[in-house]
Amino acid sequence: MSVVFERTKLLTDKQFHYCPGCNHGIIHRLVAEAIDELVQEGKLEAGNVMGVAPVGCSVFAYDYFNCDMYEAAHGRAPAVATGAKRARPGTLVFTYQGDGDLASIGTAEIVHAAHRGEKIVTIFVNNAIYGMTGGQMAPTTLVGQKTTTSPYGRDEAWCGAPIKMSEMLSEVPGAYYIERCAVNTNANILKTKKAIKKAFQYQLEGKGFCMIEVLSTCPTNWGLSPVEAMKWLEENMIPYYPLGVKKDKGAE
Amino acid sequence: MALTLMKGSEAIAEAAIRAGARFFFGYPITPQTEIPEYMSARMPEVGGCFLQAESEVAAINMVYGAAGTGARVITSSSSPGVSLKQEGISYCAGAQLPCVILNVMRGGPGLGNIQASQGDYFQGVKGGGNGDYHLLTYAPSSVQEAIDIMMFAFDKAEKYRMPVLFLADGIIAQMMEPVEMPEMVDYKVDPEKKPWACTGWKPGDDPEKRGVINSIYIDTESLTVHNARLQKVYAEARANEQMWECYKTDDAEIVVTAFGTVARIVKTVVDQMRADGYKVGLFRPISVWPFPYDALKETCCAPQVKGILDVEVNEGQMLEDVKLAILGEKPIHFFGHLGSQFPTTAEIRDKILEMKEGK
Ligand SMILES: Cc1ncc(C[n+]2csc(CCOP(=O)(O)OP(=O)(O)O)c2C)c(N)n1
Ligand code: SF4
Ligand SMILES: [Mg+2]
Repeated sequence: MSVVFERTKLLTDKQFHYCPGCNHGIIHRLVAEAIDELVQEGKLEAGNVMGVAPVGCSVFAYDYFNCDMYEAAHGRAPAVATGAKRARPGTLVFTYQGDGDLASIGTAEIVHAAHRGEKIVTIFVNNAIYGMTGGQMAPTTLVGQKTTTSPYGRDEAWCGAPIKMSEMLSEVPGAYYIERCAVNTNANILKTKKAIKKAFQYQLEGKGFCMIEVLSTCPTNWGLSPVEAMKWLEENMIPYYPLGVKKDKGAE
Repeated sequence: MALTLMKGSEAIAEAAIRAGARFFFGYPITPQTEIPEYMSARMPEVGGCFLQAESEVAAINMVYGAAGTGARVITSSSSPGVSLKQEGISYCAGAQLPCVILNVMRGGPGLGNIQASQGDYFQGVKGGGNGDYHLLTYAPSSVQEAIDIMMFAFDKAEKYRMPVLFLADGIIAQMMEPVEMPEMVDYKVDPEKKPWACTGWKPGDDPEKRGVINSIYIDTESLTVHNARLQKVYAEARANEQMWECYKTDDAEIVVTAFGTVARIVKTVVDQMRADGYKVGLFRPISVWPFPYDALKETCCAPQVKGILDVEVNEGQMLEDVKLAILGEKPIHFFGHLGSQFPTTAEIRDKILEMKEGK
């Protein structure tokens, strides 16, 4: 009998705590598979991986990724990753961050990690909401979107239009590769994995800062079923946050 | 060994390098900017890393990242910048990361001024960040003492797995003194000695040894266990790491308590007044956490002691610990300066004479 499918080595056997239909689980799997493949292809020595978990629903990612891991303060993952990478330059270092973490409290840290051309990869999971704290407005919350702190819908005149981090960061000279993806279809899942793997490969080649933004659902706090949430993402998030490569210095 | 004349900030930076620090993350702020400046030139010479962070918040989190690999890491700042670091310091304490943090204190609150001060005693010793934690905190009173403490600071940080804080007033960093610089220590990360660090764990290795640098313990049981572990470490540090200096206290009728540079000014007062026949002495805590309560009590509550004078460049912060040590057994007076002005010997002398006259 041959094995056709198995748990990636880069994930522990700890059961995810994510809600049913949440995309965090899929994205974890893609990150782990990409790293695993690089190890299997002989491009990365097993053990030369360090990940940094954020504060957000993925705060326990240190329990799921089967490698040396950090749990950083809210928004500070890029600074933690900077310290880790500078101390062990030969390792693959990634951060995994939500939109509150990266686009609100941690904007300084992400902008300057990009600005320094820090040789790290950031996986940015944008679900347009603060999942962990129970569904408050994020900087990425869409105009009109109701959350527990925008009960009448996000009002652009009052608190601005949602921030597009990938577009913004691609203007930073130190950013090497930035792509926005989604995991709403099989094709998009494969594309996301390809993008993540490419970002890791760039890091191994010593290129600059890479970020893969992944649009993600939060059925629980959006108040939708997993299927409805996917549809909402397709109809509302993708039009505002267009998928695709925002910057790729390697392809220029 | 030959003495060299060095500026405090540069001497402290060089001592850190000699003690094995190979990573420095910081952000400019007066009166400690000479430390990052020195590090930026020196680190490349020893194969180390100097990185100017975008803020003190980022700097302390870079410390968290680098210290998590087992490396010897240091950051420095001055009061407003150290305030920004508090979140990260609490995380380092929670994650039990050894590292060294320098606070070259200036006047506060807020932006205050850029002159030397001792206004961050509470912040350093009583908390600063959230949660039940302590830092091994030293208050050097000379450049040489700062160097000597630096030479064991990383060993202590690693032994107890807790951050070490230097509470140095701006004068220590700014003055030049002849110093003896110790030899370079040969430090290399030894994964056997730091099994908690991120040193290259791979799937298939002992799961217990995977590096997980973390301060979250989500349920009450595990957080209780974690905090109990921290408290055990703190109890051990309290038992073993208290440092103080008694200066001419054996027969002293008035004992002055002071830390850092103020204690040096007091020493001059003690000598001057002794020459005039007054029995005055100095008790100087060197470790302000753990605070030498018992030693202070023993010295200050000796039968011949008539009164205690606490002198600080703040409104009486260490004074609270002095009071806790004395517990009302002897009268305690306070002389403090605000606006980060240091007291003169004449001022301290006048205050002691006032006490003698029972004012
Ligand atoms: C300094 C600080 N401020 C606030 C919080 C509370 N908090 C925890 S998670 C979170 C938002 C997380 O949202 P996001 O980054 O979008 O992640 P998600 O849960 O949606 O995946 C907030 C505000 C905190 N832990 N620390
Ligand atoms: S609250 Fe939202 S983001 Fe968090 S696990 Fe549940 S679905 Fe996912
Ligand atoms: Mg979110």
